[in-house]
Amino acid sequence: MKKNKSRNIIIGVLVVLIIAVAAFFGTKSSKNNSSNANESSVTTIKKRGVLRVAVFGDLPPYGWVDDHGNRVGYDVRLARQMAKDLGVKVKFTQVNANNRVDTLNSNKADIVLANFTQTPERKQVVDFAKPYMKVSVGVISPKNAPITNASQLKGKNLIVNKGTTAENYFTKKGGVDLLKFDSKTQQFNAFKNKRAAALADDNSYLYAWVKKNPNYTVGIKNIGPNQFIAPAVKKGNKSLLNWTNKEITKLANKKFFTADYNKELKPYFGKEVKPSDIVLN
Amino acid sequence: MAHSAINVFFSGNNFSRILQGLWTSVWIAGVSLVIGLVLGTFLGVLRTLPNKIIRFILRLYLEFFRIVPTIVLLFLFYYILPRSFHINWPASWMAVLAFALWVAAEFSDIVRGAIESVPIAQKESGLALGLSKVQLFRYVLLPQAVQLELPATINLATRVIKTTSLLMMISIMDVIAIGQQIIEANNQKYPTAVFWIYGLIFFLYFIIDYPLSVWSKRLAARQDR
Repeated sequence: MKKNKSRNIIIGVLVVLIIAVAAFFGTKSSKNNSSNANESSVTTIKKRGVLRVAVFGDLPPYGWVDDHGNRVGYDVRLARQMAKDLGVKVKFTQVNANNRVDTLNSNKADIVLANFTQTPERKQVVDFAKPYMKVSVGVISPKNAPITNASQLKGKNLIVNKGTTAENYFTKKGGVDLLKFDSKTQQFNAFKNKRAAALADDNSYLYAWVKKNPNYTVGIKNIGPNQFIAPAVKKGNKSLLNWTNKEITKLANKKFFTADYNKELKPYFGKEVKPSDIVLN
Repeated sequence: MAHSAINVFFSGNNFSRILQGLWTSVWIAGVSLVIGLVLGTFLGVLRTLPNKIIRFILRLYLEFFRIVPTIVLLFLFYYILPRSFHINWPASWMAVLAFALWVAAEFSDIVRGAIESVPIAQKESGLALGLSKVQLFRYVLLPQAVQLELPATINLATRVIKTTSLLMMISIMDVIAIGQQIIEANNQKYPTAVFWIYGLIFFLYFIIDYPLSVWSKRLAARQDR
């Protein structure tokens, strides 16, 4: 028994040592890595003949897969256009919200086009190019009692989703009674049951929701600071970053994003929304 | 009305896409099992040798793969290996590598247990007949060990097949990932599609795993006789 115990201790110590050594070499070689050849530079991509893009596969209308197995959406159309302008083929890697950064860092994709909102935290780990879309907080209200101005909300109940920018904004602003819910489904159900005068959330969700629920309207389309959605590349990949910046400017001048909006987003958002509410030109 | 969401299977080529996703899961599980079982047999035999150093290293290997959750292994192979060691294979082969090493670790323990539980008289009779060590393994121990390890092996196989549902986490388009694509794409038209898609996936996993489970139960029953 005693022998077993001491053996277990030795095993434990060795495991810790091995992990420490592996971690040491791991960080050491990753340092070399960044000074080595850039695996996603424009030259490498052209030589490879393939632009590897990380996109969403389950977020209509930004990045999703239609019933015939084709990747479609606002981000996907942009990806195809970028590959075309580079003169290469496009290859998609499907990601979800929390592996977008790792996909770039482990060289699984050259660029992320997955509804990626710029935040100060994310800017420390990836490089964002010029934004191509903006979102901000919007407020919906019943059509027969519309709220079109923030001052109308004073002293009334307002529904928000926990952890969203909407909650953040109205908590700081004060003056309204917030009803906080955990999920989108809950908040919309509560709103339909007339638990509050209005509901605030990312305007891009609201546009799509109002389309399905025509008794409501997005009375306030933008409130608080805009947030921008941009392509992201691996930290330090200057080559692709510069190219992407030029490409976004060029596409914006050609009104590509308005056309993209009309094809991919308009069917979801309805007539109430203008391309200029979402698109940066 | 409530059941109209079943139409989701027949619009476009949704149904064949789900089967394609299932095929991805099945081939990754299959290839990993083949590699893992071969490697595991070898390691299992090594673990019955008296050499303490070999046994210790293999024990460490087993404990590592047994203790670390499979999802962490997948992340390790898919994200850390390329970053630290410049091994950048396609995701599906990374998954095969991770799964095969995991299967080898688990199987080596099954093989070791089986070999050690072959009655000692068998081993001694073999040696008395003048068989060499290799011959003893080849003709006496392994054939009897295979009988003993079959039910546990089939059990391991069903676990591997079920665990393929984690593959979507490393961007592999397995049956779950494709199911979610279909659910989200049809959320507006068929809000209850989620029930049908997961129902179908449940059924598909069931018809693959259930025969294996029945087979292993039968083998175990035969051994009890």
